[in-house]
Amino acid sequence: MKTNPLRLFALLLMAGLGACDAQPPSPQGFAGLGSRSAEFASVTRDRSFSFPLDHGAHPDYRIEWWYLTANLEDQQGRSWGVQWTLFRNALRPAADQPGWNNPNLWMGHAAITGPYGHRHAETFARGGIGQAGVSPMPFKAWIDDWHLSGQLPGQANLTELQVSASGSGFRYRLQLSSDKPLVLQGDKGFSQKSGQGQASYYYSQPFLQAQGTLELDGNSYVVKGQAWLDREWSSQPLAADQQGWDWFSLHLSSGEKLMLFQLRHADGRHYRAGTWISATGDSEVLSEQDMRIRPLQLSRVAGRKLPTRWALSIPSKQLELTVEALQEQAWMPTRFPYWEGPIRFRGSHQGLGYLEMTGY
Amino acid sequence: MAVLYWTLSALCSHWRRHPVQFFSLLTGLWLATSLWTGVQALNSQARDSYARASQLIAGDAHSRIGARSGGRFSQQVFVDLRLAGWPVSPLLQGSLRLRGQAEQRLQVLGIEPLTLPRGTRLAGQALADLDLVAFLDQPGRTWIAADTLKALDLAEGEQPLTVGGQALPPLYLHPQLAPGVLLVDIGVAQRLLDAPLQLSGLLLSRDFAAGMPRLPSALDGQLRISRAGDEADLARLTESFHLNLTALGLLAFVVGLFIVNAAIGLALEQRRPLLRTLRACGVSARCLLAALALELCGLALLGGVLGVISGYGLASLLLPDVAASLRGLYGAEVAGQLNLSPQWWLSGLAISLLGALLAGAGSLLRAAHLPLLALAQPEAWHQAQALWLRRQAWLAGALLVLALLALVFGASLAMGFVLLACLLLAAALLLPVCVSGLLAWWLPYCRAPLAQWFVADSRQQLPRLALALMALLLALAANIGVGSMTEGFRQTFIGWLDQRLAAELYLRPESPQQGRAIEAWLAERAEVSALLPSWRVELPVQGWPVELTGILDHPTYRQHWPLLEAAPGAWERLAGGAGLMLSEQLARRLQLGLGEELSLVTPQGDWRLTVVAIYADYGNPKGHLLVNAAALQRYWPGLRPGSYSLRLPPAAVPALKQALQARFALDERKLVDQSELKAWSGRVFDRTFVATSALNSLTLGVAGVALFISLLTLSQSRLGQLAPLWALGVGRRQLVLLSLGQTLLLALITLLLAIPLGLLLAWCLVAVINVQAFGWRLPLHVFPWQLLQSAALALLATLLAAAWPLWTLYRVSPAELLRTFANEN
Repeated sequence: MKTNPLRLFALLLMAGLGACDAQPPSPQGFAGLGSRSAEFASVTRDRSFSFPLDHGAHPDYRIEWWYLTANLEDQQGRSWGVQWTLFRNALRPAADQPGWNNPNLWMGHAAITGPYGHRHAETFARGGIGQAGVSPMPFKAWIDDWHLSGQLPGQANLTELQVSASGSGFRYRLQLSSDKPLVLQGDKGFSQKSGQGQASYYYSQPFLQAQGTLELDGNSYVVKGQAWLDREWSSQPLAADQQGWDWFSLHLSSGEKLMLFQLRHADGRHYRAGTWISATGDSEVLSEQDMRIRPLQLSRVAGRKLPTRWALSIPSKQLELTVEALQEQAWMPTRFPYWEGPIRFRGSHQGLGYLEMTGY
Repeated sequence: MAVLYWTLSALCSHWRRHPVQFFSLLTGLWLATSLWTGVQALNSQARDSYARASQLIAGDAHSRIGARSGGRFSQQVFVDLRLAGWPVSPLLQGSLRLRGQAEQRLQVLGIEPLTLPRGTRLAGQALADLDLVAFLDQPGRTWIAADTLKALDLAEGEQPLTVGGQALPPLYLHPQLAPGVLLVDIGVAQRLLDAPLQLSGLLLSRDFAAGMPRLPSALDGQLRISRAGDEADLARLTESFHLNLTALGLLAFVVGLFIVNAAIGLALEQRRPLLRTLRACGVSARCLLAALALELCGLALLGGVLGVISGYGLASLLLPDVAASLRGLYGAEVAGQLNLSPQWWLSGLAISLLGALLAGAGSLLRAAHLPLLALAQPEAWHQAQALWLRRQAWLAGALLVLALLALVFGASLAMGFVLLACLLLAAALLLPVCVSGLLAWWLPYCRAPLAQWFVADSRQQLPRLALALMALLLALAANIGVGSMTEGFRQTFIGWLDQRLAAELYLRPESPQQGRAIEAWLAERAEVSALLPSWRVELPVQGWPVELTGILDHPTYRQHWPLLEAAPGAWERLAGGAGLMLSEQLARRLQLGLGEELSLVTPQGDWRLTVVAIYADYGNPKGHLLVNAAALQRYWPGLRPGSYSLRLPPAAVPALKQALQARFALDERKLVDQSELKAWSGRVFDRTFVATSALNSLTLGVAGVALFISLLTLSQSRLGQLAPLWALGVGRRQLVLLSLGQTLLLALITLLLAIPLGLLLAWCLVAVINVQAFGWRLPLHVFPWQLLQSAALALLATLLAAAWPLWTLYRVSPAELLRTFANEN
């Protein structure tokens, strides 16, 4: 559950306010998002999802994202990671009408992490003019010349997609396909983010097989691997004292998928949750009591210390893992910076995945 | 230290006894510094405004994409380019007026902050510090500079209405914004400017532009990329204007220094006995010199402070006119509120100090070489006068040669000013030579002893008055030169305007659609005898911004478009499509003559045209080209007319204008009749030269002061010469009249020399400086009435300057006259 983007996007937008009301970001959940969001639609239990319509934007809600990560391998057997993200943030609840006074702001992030380091790109767009947006049928999410789209007219499960993005010195284009259905995270898509009721709608397509090419500094690499697509939207997902979060998505070599996150509270009582997804796509909610998440080793990244090795365990699943970043320096020095990169894990299970850390 | 202190106080006691002298010295320093710093303040204020304007969007030295026609284009172009991976950011520029403040035109700049290239600075502020939410959300924000806010008499947070009734987002102060600019979100700009879905430009980051990207072929015909620095910016366009102001300021400064020189020289002369006594009392030469230098510095600082303060005052007085000139001439917005850096104040003081030292250097040097025990004798007038004159003549000759070289080989504005400076200096140096020669020639013709004395004594006074007379000569010549140039320019300009503005009504439609509708509507009107559309494209020609206008073949142009030079059948060749007419300044810049070829870069490839005529285009900083409309449209297909000239009986103008306004809601900028346009141009012209003529008159005033001080100096030491005459029976009244006659004689000779010098100066201004600075050459006009006025003014200044010294002479008691004999030993 990538709460980070929302926070970082909002923080970016609020950055200008810093001068007038110079509050430290932490007490108000970074960006004052703990504050009123009453005008926006609120997230409630028992919403019935309707696909493919829900793949499109939900302008009644303040924030929303389309988030793809892929763990890839080139022909020499080297590991790569790819990130493609599109965020939507509404300044105010209003119809998604054409024109510059459309309330939506869009932000795209793209990154390649591999044996030669980490590259990233960032772009912004205003809603209402066609520079960025998402249409559900056929599915197409775009900002500038970056795309995440499917050719099929209506895809309930987002099983055939292609993704492309480029930045300074890099470019990627991947074909994605899956034969499994979407996975609703949390309680049938209602994903709680704190003990105080903050929540988001959240579903994923974690079974995507990826293949395509990466270009880096003029060299081309043919790659294939697995990808994970997240969809999430909300209006007020964070509690006031939540400082940051650590989010894991794991592709177990046995075919299962695992999503875990912890929202770090100032008092040390972190909020944790997750989903265990069987190889056939059946999901099982994991709660705080089911898991242990512990940083093992800190690395110096971009002038700060971040845990790049973690111990994860889920006793009920006999899962004991040591998780390690493939590239410690997978730092996203975007307007609001965070860490996002591929990981490898060993222990009771093996496999690859993605880790996101914010608020460090 | 104690010695220095006492020496200094002994020296300063002189000023207590001679307050008039003290104030003269101070006045010189004050005037010189004041005029110079005033001009500098105007220049720096204007440059600051340009810098603010050019840094409105800065940081990454962006390239821009604009429409080839110079107009607006569809917003979809921006989206299409973004979707093709081009990191462009949209801009919309335009101007508007606020309701109730119709005379003030404001520039609107619409930006899209999210897509601005990273590292962009908006009016000096980093993007990261921007309050994006407030800017993008409803009701948004209008950034405005403090001086603009004040000029509009509005307060922060207000939401004034445009004349079209659109409310601006709340005004929000931004210190570094350029004056007259409203910075708003692109969507707001489209609403305010009534340009829905329209853009005027796209910004491109330097990194991306460095890869020399090519526009997609579908857009290439419509748009062009201009690399950073391609466009001639305001600083470049206005350079010559400021250089002219600087030259005037410098002239005033130099004239002011003449005063300082005269006053210091006088003080030294009078304090010779004191200096000698001090030396005899054991004060070392070094100490004495130090004390004199300290005294000078103190005076310079005092005069400097006064000068800088009044310079500030002068600048704030002239600023509205200068700002109006710059707006009228170049469309440059200059803040109406003076805002000067500490540097300006310090440099003002420094220049005063430097000037005082320069002016006093001679006196200090003489004091240093003061023979210890030599008798305190008044300076011998005749001593080495011949040598002095000869030296001056040689120096003047050398300067004249230099001036000639600058005239022949110089091809820049700076060389033009070198020519002027050499010419003026040479003339100034030659002045005593000429006057002395004239008097020497006249002397043998004088029979009566008193007449002989009159001429010989005048000649003797010359070295002491020379500097003041030089100042008068320079000021008067400048007055005549600049006056003739201005007046000549005015007549030429007005005449040209009368001829050029032949159509009765000028109309600019809001959009091509409206243009079509207006064309159709006007076709029905019987009173309109001709509707002459013109097509306009802006493009750079060899790096210079140029407006290309396409016109129909119509007798109106043949009769009313004044040509400076024309090849045979020029209008026929223009109509044929292969001919090109161009403005005088552009012809000079491109060094093109009749019959030569110019190649234009168009969307359809190169277009080669032959120059068939050159016309005057006064007051246009950009280049101008005239071609046939049909040919233009071949190279810019789909281009719509940008404006229309209407021919109709003058009596029918008001009615038609009213009908057009009512039918198409055109505001007064889009629909102008001939008389309004002429009146407006005349106003712009007049304001342009207000500052120039004000400075000019002030310079003449300064010269008057210089003369006054010199005469005062003379009168102090002239008792010795006048006493014998008095003793021989010449009455005091007669003596006063004789002295007045001498002063007037010298002034008159100076004046007679100043007139040809002034005319020469005027010629240099119209034939050299104007050509280099603006690109147009004006005919030289001589205005006898103006010459008379200047001469009368100079004589008046002389009389005023002579009045006080003569009055003291008149009031001198016989006892004092007698005492001069008692002092003789």
